[in-house]
Amino acid sequence: MSRNPIAAASSRIGEDVVRFDGVSMRYGRGPDVLSDLDFSLAPGSFHFVTGPSGAGKSSLLKLIYLAARPSQGAIHLFGQDVGRAPAGAKPQLRRRIGVVFQDLVLLEHLSAFDNTALPLRIAGGKPADYRTDVAELLAWVGLGARMNAMPPTLAGGERQRLAIARAVVNRPEILLADEPTGNVDHEMAVRIFRLFVELNRLGTTVLIATHDQALISRSGRPVLHLDNGRISRRAAQAVGVS
Amino acid sequence: MSEAFDASRWRPAPFLPEKEARDGALIFVVAVLCFLACLTAMGVIAASRAAHAWTGQLVGEATVIVRPHGGETPDGAAARAAEVLAGTAGVAEARALEPAKAYDLIRPWLGDVSDIEDLPVPRLVAVTLDPRHPADAPRLKAALAAQNVDATVDDHSLWIKDIRRAGRVVSGLGAGVFLLIAAAAAAVVAFATRAGLAARRDVVEVLHLAGAEDSFIAGLFQARFARVAGQAGLLGAAAAAVLGAGLRVAGGGQGLTPALPFAWSDLLAVIPCPLLAALVAAAAAQVTALRLIREMQ
Repeated sequence: MSRNPIAAASSRIGEDVVRFDGVSMRYGRGPDVLSDLDFSLAPGSFHFVTGPSGAGKSSLLKLIYLAARPSQGAIHLFGQDVGRAPAGAKPQLRRRIGVVFQDLVLLEHLSAFDNTALPLRIAGGKPADYRTDVAELLAWVGLGARMNAMPPTLAGGERQRLAIARAVVNRPEILLADEPTGNVDHEMAVRIFRLFVELNRLGTTVLIATHDQALISRSGRPVLHLDNGRISRRAAQAVGVS
Repeated sequence: MSEAFDASRWRPAPFLPEKEARDGALIFVVAVLCFLACLTAMGVIAASRAAHAWTGQLVGEATVIVRPHGGETPDGAAARAAEVLAGTAGVAEARALEPAKAYDLIRPWLGDVSDIEDLPVPRLVAVTLDPRHPADAPRLKAALAAQNVDATVDDHSLWIKDIRRAGRVVSGLGAGVFLLIAAAAAAVVAFATRAGLAARRDVVEVLHLAGAEDSFIAGLFQARFARVAGQAGLLGAAAAAVLGAGLRVAGGGQGLTPALPFAWSDLLAVIPCPLLAALVAAAAAQVTALRLIREMQ
């Protein structure tokens, strides 16, 4: 990462990072929370996914980061059909995806530095190879003075930026964020959004699930609008939905 | 705090918290189980030693009951039998017991009888067998019959068989108790792993999404519970060793009792305990964690 602390690893040119073909999803034997979704995200794109509560935004992200399985249809990640991928391929695919959760899910017993370094450690890197990069990244997200702090001692915005740092430290090809500005004030929301824009500018595909209409309208980015588990036609056109 | 942080000196922290609130209870339970397992092992070793010693004594000896016939006196018949047996191959020594000894042997069964010496008590010959090539009962019988001595040879085989069977039963019971304790320890660790995974679901989720494989995450829990069980095993083994040493000291030269002769070397039985506890815990935690982690997905 000495070239750039957050530059994304490159995907194959022209290959969609994400493609949904007729994807539906349900929890257990319940009704479909997502129905017949068809869309794709090109490398380096930046999208919002929005909709009312319960529309399926978080479920959509779960499908992408492989925390849930579709009940119908096919999902392609980086050109690979995840339904047909061998079980052992999942961890490798996940290493190409960064996730910022709605509730952040920081490990409270690890320092900001350890939380951020987590994906690199799991990938088998040696501390000597990445500790400088982690420090640079934390400085880049404005936590240079809080590297040794434990998450419970961090303010809301700091926790949010720490979660983002952890999500991008291994230079994922796609960054997913679920309500990343839901628990911060307007000023912090703008700072965080700028962070995402910067990440996107450096090559990372970004998909943000949010209720924040002001943020969406100000960004001018395409929107995937979910309603009752379906993509609405009007918004779909903006993201090239089939 | 943050000003003092030096990334170049950073060392990765453990993925799982080093200590959990419930560790104390787990260590206590596993330590108690290890303590019981060590006592069982030492008890089985001591009982086996006792059985071995008893059979060793019985194997080396035989008793011959001599019945006089014709005009022969009982003492004469016994002396003749001892002479015959002493010259038989596989016999180190044959000695006719004095009549008083025979009366002493039957007195406990008959009570204080004043004219006990008038009873027609058979004479006994104590035979010490050659430890390298001991004669068996048929050979002794044949030697006596050849010299027209009416006698019954008791080579203690019935007792030896019983003692050996008792020894095997004690060993089997010990192994059974040991396995039961190991199973209980595995169940306790499996329960603790389940609780630990439920409490650390956040860690599992984050590790998963960061690209960790199931086996890697299960390995964290495996290592953690193996370490805790190893510590508990050390405590249990140490407590059992202290108790064993106390029993040895209290029992004097014979160990605890002649029936359970503890020896100092028996304390060595506790040495593998921490390792075994760690292995059982590792296996239980690995299996439980892998299953639960797969269910979480």
